[in-house]
Amino acid sequence: MKANPRDVHTGAYYIDGDVAAAEGALAAGCKFLGGYPITPSTEAAEAFARRAPEVGAIFIQMEDELGSISAVLGASWAGKKALTITSGPGYSLMMENIGLGAALETPFVIINIQRGGPSTGLPTRTGQADMMQTRWGSHGDYEVIAISPDSPQESFEFTVKAFNLAERYRVPVMLMSDECVGHMTEKVVIPPASEIEVETRRYYDGPKDKYLPFKPDKNLVPPMVKAGDGYKLYITGLTHDEKGYPILNQNLNTRRLVDKIRLNADKIIETKEERLDDAEVIVVSYGITSRVAIRAIEQARKIGIKVGSLRLITVWPFPDKKIVELAKKVKGFVVPEINYGQIVFEVERCSHGNANVILVPHGGGSVHNPDDILGAIKQVAREKKRSEGIIEYKTGLEHLVFDQNKGSRPDLSG
Amino acid sequence: MIKKEDHHPMESLLRMDRIPHIWCPGCGIGTTVTAFIVALEKLKLDFNKVCVVSGIGCTGRVAGYINLDSFHTTHGRAIPFATGIKLGNPELKVVVFSGDGDLISIGGNHFIHAARRNIDLTVICVNNFIYAMTGGQVAPTTPLTAYTTTSPYGNFELPSNVPQLAESAGAVYVARWTALHIRRLTNSIIEALQKPGFSVVEVISPCAMYYSRINRLGDGIDMMKFYHENSVIKHNEPTENLDIDYQKEIIVGKFINRERPTFTDSYNDWLVTEKKAQSKSMI
Repeated sequence: MKANPRDVHTGAYYIDGDVAAAEGALAAGCKFLGGYPITPSTEAAEAFARRAPEVGAIFIQMEDELGSISAVLGASWAGKKALTITSGPGYSLMMENIGLGAALETPFVIINIQRGGPSTGLPTRTGQADMMQTRWGSHGDYEVIAISPDSPQESFEFTVKAFNLAERYRVPVMLMSDECVGHMTEKVVIPPASEIEVETRRYYDGPKDKYLPFKPDKNLVPPMVKAGDGYKLYITGLTHDEKGYPILNQNLNTRRLVDKIRLNADKIIETKEERLDDAEVIVVSYGITSRVAIRAIEQARKIGIKVGSLRLITVWPFPDKKIVELAKKVKGFVVPEINYGQIVFEVERCSHGNANVILVPHGGGSVHNPDDILGAIKQVAREKKRSEGIIEYKTGLEHLVFDQNKGSRPDLSG
Repeated sequence: MIKKEDHHPMESLLRMDRIPHIWCPGCGIGTTVTAFIVALEKLKLDFNKVCVVSGIGCTGRVAGYINLDSFHTTHGRAIPFATGIKLGNPELKVVVFSGDGDLISIGGNHFIHAARRNIDLTVICVNNFIYAMTGGQVAPTTPLTAYTTTSPYGNFELPSNVPQLAESAGAVYVARWTALHIRRLTNSIIEALQKPGFSVVEVISPCAMYYSRINRLGDGIDMMKFYHENSVIKHNEPTENLDIDYQKEIIVGKFINRERPTFTDSYNDWLVTEKKAQSKSMI
């Protein structure tokens, strides 16, 4: 189905990634935002709040992130496409109910404008350190989808995509943006509604007494109904059967919760590949880091290193097959990320020892210096032997921090 | 001879395929559910448009036994979940049915702010003075000196006064009964359901398993009678006087009944005003 023209602010604008993401949510038909202010995500909530009356959407600033995410679940079950917007500390507070959302197969979207550091960290500066939390942060077994934009334009487009995936798979979807993309102002073209594909919720239309809220009928995904439609739903976070009733058997429903994403992974996963044909070294990156890597890749090509780029648009589910296949062909992967190693573990896992994997770490606060990524590309290109485990590239920043130890970390083994 | 009914008189509003329930003999949750069902039947509401939201705990299981759209959510989050449902579809009558630990301790912040915003919810808070589902730990409502498994030398923390908290946060309707005041409790639930805005009905309920056993208070029925006989009805009593002392008189009654625009009313007014004004969108 196409987007509703009332929801879409068609035109060309000069806006930041946060505002573009809010416009994306509205274009996707989102009608509920429950949020709590947190830097650097506030501009997105502010933009949504300004536009809410025009499109008949509800904006409520909840008392905290626990309340925000719970209200989002409730609104989704009331039939609204629902959203919350946050950053690291707020995201941590939402974890329990992200698990509830996955268990109840509730479609909703979280926009996470990531910032640096653990704890309060670097509130006004960038980071990419919530990537593993997205995958493993809530308790128990579950699967979610995460996609990562690298520009304001993509913040718009990917937010629409996030809502579509959430509805298609009845699953929480995370837009894993970051401060840099969120606060970067660029040209954003919002197309006419007729050019925006929007997934509507798949509602059950069979006989009322036959409805089972957790009985899948397509792609392992059950159709939904809303509260108030007369189905007398019983929805519980306890492990439940197809009817929603509690049972003491994980294998029935929890298995499907993970399978509906794992077995549909090929349909969900999207990557962007450049210059992979002859590549000996591949830079695997996502979000803002992909844009920084472009310069390093160009410079490496200039000096004759055959380097390509694999950009993860979908970060979760992880493109296992793609990495497995590439690892057999190349010397190594360079993984720059604004953390001390998260997605690099996935790359190393999938390379099965067939290729070297080098991490270009960054503690957050800014993006990488492209020279560090270039240095890592050179290191992989000249590496003769295959190393076990992940090689950590010693960046310029690391040298600064650990200068007194001559560029190495203090030896704590004694 | 008494005629044997072949069906339960409340079966249209109970999930009979989930009976027997998990509650202990002598627990007050059952009578509270009865009062709620009688209230719903008397009001002749469209049952397709009534939702029950619970958190976690003994009372949290209510959602699983009532044959309405019902949501058993996470610990403490029944009120914000219900807020989302209510704002997502204002046509629905949304009832939060949960315990004192869920609503006042882990969910205390949501209780305060939903009351402040005057979200149109009816909150039925079953107060048994203890965390029962987890085995009898001290609660924010445990009376001074009472024993629990985590106050083995007697509770020394001042308990929350639920009606006072509700009033000061902005609730428009506040009542308290014991689980044996069935008729009065039912009437209060009826009034609360009809009242637009955030209404709170506190139900003092025996926990025959944990609170009673550790404090040697007898069977559930003894406690139920004790609470009933030791309560005094004082309508409109200032809520500051409603503290509950261990094994002393409990003041019950209807304390607050006032008017204030609900969140939805204010939001709709704001929407209308805002729509008339020029769009303030930045782009």
